[in-house]
Amino acid sequence: MSTTVTQTKQPPTKTDTIKKRVTLTQRDARLGLWLMSPTLLVVLAIVIFPLLWSILLSFQRMRLIQIGRAEFFEPLTVANYERVLGSSTFWSSMLITFIYTFGSVVLVIFLGVLAAMAVRQPFRGRTFVRAAFLLPYVAPVVAVTFIWRTMLNPQFGIVNVIGQNVFGWDEPIPFLSQARGTWDVLGLEIPIPTALLTVIVFEGWRYFPFAFLFLMARLAAMSEEPEEAALVDGATPWQSFRFIVLPQLVPIISLLAVLRTIWTFNEFDDIFLLTGGAAGTNVASVQIYNYLTVQRNVGQAAAQSVIMALVLIAMLAVYLLILRRRGERV
Amino acid sequence: MSTEIITPPSQVAAPPEPRRMAHGTRHRAQSRVFRIGRWVVIIGFLIATLVPFYYMLLLSVKPIGSLLQDPASLWVSPSEFTLQTYVDVLSSPASGGQGFSRFLVNSAVVALASVALALLIGIPGAYAIARLPFIGRRYVSGVFLAAYLFPAILMAIPLFVGFTRLGLRGNLVGLIIVYTAQTVPVAIYMLRNYFETVPESIEEAGLVDGLSRIGVLRQISLKLALPSIMSTGLFVFMIAWNEFLFALLFLVDRRERWTVSLGLSQLSGSVEVPTTVLMAGSVVLTLPIIIIFFATERLLTGGLTAGAEKG
Repeated sequence: MSTTVTQTKQPPTKTDTIKKRVTLTQRDARLGLWLMSPTLLVVLAIVIFPLLWSILLSFQRMRLIQIGRAEFFEPLTVANYERVLGSSTFWSSMLITFIYTFGSVVLVIFLGVLAAMAVRQPFRGRTFVRAAFLLPYVAPVVAVTFIWRTMLNPQFGIVNVIGQNVFGWDEPIPFLSQARGTWDVLGLEIPIPTALLTVIVFEGWRYFPFAFLFLMARLAAMSEEPEEAALVDGATPWQSFRFIVLPQLVPIISLLAVLRTIWTFNEFDDIFLLTGGAAGTNVASVQIYNYLTVQRNVGQAAAQSVIMALVLIAMLAVYLLILRRRGERV
Repeated sequence: MSTEIITPPSQVAAPPEPRRMAHGTRHRAQSRVFRIGRWVVIIGFLIATLVPFYYMLLLSVKPIGSLLQDPASLWVSPSEFTLQTYVDVLSSPASGGQGFSRFLVNSAVVALASVALALLIGIPGAYAIARLPFIGRRYVSGVFLAAYLFPAILMAIPLFVGFTRLGLRGNLVGLIIVYTAQTVPVAIYMLRNYFETVPESIEEAGLVDGLSRIGVLRQISLKLALPSIMSTGLFVFMIAWNEFLFALLFLVDRRERWTVSLGLSQLSGSVEVPTTVLMAGSVVLTLPIIIIFFATERLLTGGLTAGAEKG
C-alpha cells in the first residue's frame, strides 16, 4: 500500500486536475489488466485452449492410446465428421437430445412459474417452504440420482410398491430401463417412451428451483399497483395473472429458456447416472462419452462435440431472431 | 439480500375483501379456487421436494433385510433402527467398510482449495470489470459466456491428455485447477454485481485521501462486499463438492483419491454394497451441502439473483 501522500497540499489548478485525471485513468486501465490477468490466464489455459485443441482433434485421426505421444500437427481429415454424420445412432441421439431438451425446458419453466406464483404472497413458514423448494437443485447430483434410482427400483422401490398396492398396477414399471411401454386407455394402446419421460420428469424436478429462484426475485420487485387497479375494475385472478403478471415475466422467462436450453442440451451427469444412456435415453453427450471411453476414438468424440456446439449456436441464433422480431430486448 | 424486507406493505395487508364481494359469482368462485389451489400446489411441491430426502434418511438407518421384507414402510421402528450403515460406509476398506471418511477428506480438500483459489483470482478480476476501464473490458463476459456453449466433455478430452502429460491426472491438484477455472466466471459474475453497487463516491473519497487503487480495493470495497464474497465462496464450494464428470475422468482408477460423489456413483453400480449402506453414503454426501444451504439461504439466493430484479 502506498502512503506517499506527503506532497504539498495546494489547491490544484484546473489544468492540473485534468492532467491528473488522464493519468489516473491510464493507471486504472493498466491496473485493470493486471487484476484481470490471473482470470484470463486460467480461463485461457483451462477453457479456451482445450476448446481449440478439441476442434483441431476433430479433424485428426486419433485414438486414445495414441494421444499420449501425438503431435499437434497430425494430418487433417474430415473422416471423423463423415463417420459421425453417416451413422444412424448419431441421428437418433440428436432426436432424443432435442426431445429431452425441449421437454425439460418447458417443464422446468412451467413448474417454476407455478411454484413462484404459489409462494408469492407472504405466509407463515414461507422462508422454510422456499428453502425446501430449492433442495433438489442444491443437493449433489450423484445423491439425488441414486435416491431416484432406488425409489423407482422395480423390486423394492417405494414408487412401484405404492403403485401396485394403492393404485393397482398389475406389475412394476421399469421406469429407467424400459425404452417403450404401452398405456391402455379405453382399449387403445398408446406407446410411451418410459425411460425418456422419466429423465425429463427428473430434469423438471431437479431444475425447477432454478427458474423458481429467478422468477421469485422478479415477482418481488414487481409493482402491485396495476394488479390492485385491475382487481377494483373486476378482473378475475386468472385475468390478472394472464394479462398483468405474465407479460412482465416474459423477459426473465426468455432468459431462463435460453440458459436452460444451453445447459440441458449439454447435460451429461443426470442421464449418465440415471440410465447410463440405455433404454432410449442416449443423448448426445452420453454418446460422446462412450466414443471417448468405450470406443476410445478421440477424433470422433471431438467431431460430435463440435457438431453439437454448432447445432446449439444455430438454435440460439434462431431464438434471438425470433425475440428481436417480436421487439423484445434480450 | 432479503426479499421480505423490500416487499411493499400493501402486499402484506389483507386483500380488500368487501370490494371483492361486489363482483359476480364467477369471480368469487375463481378466487376461492385460487386460494385453495395455491395451498394444494404448495403442499404438492413440498411432498415432491422433501419426500425423496426423507426416503434417503429413512433407508440409511434401516438394515437391508427390513427394507426388502417390507418395502412399503415409510417408517422405521425403534427395534430396526441402526447406525451400523454409517459405520460400514465410513470405515476404511481395510476394516471392511467403504472408505467414505477418506472420500470426505478428499472432497473437502478439493472444494476448500477451489474456493480459496477462485476467490483469490475472481475478486481482483471482478473489481477490474466493475470499476477499471481496461481494454477489452466489455468483451470479457462474452468470451466467458461463449465457453459455456460447448459441452464440458469437449474440454475434458484435451484436459485429460494435457494433465496426463503433466502428471496432474489422478491427482487432486488437477481437479482443483479444473474446478477453479470452471467457477471463476461464475464468481466474477456474482462479485461484479456487488462491486457495482458500492457507491463510487466512497471509493473516490478513499482515493482523495491518498489510498492507492489496491488500497481502496482492500480497505473499502472488500469490507463492504464481505457478504457477497461469502455467498460466492459458498456457491463455489457447492459446485466443487457436487461435481462429478471431471472427478470421474481424472480419478476413476485411483480409489484412495475418490471424492464422495465419485465414490457413491462407483459403488452404487455394484451389487455387493447394500442399498441402505449406500443411502448412508448419500446422507454423508448431501448433509454438508444442506447444512450450508439452510444456514445461508438468504445470502446465497440474494447473490445469485442480484441482477434479476431489473428484469
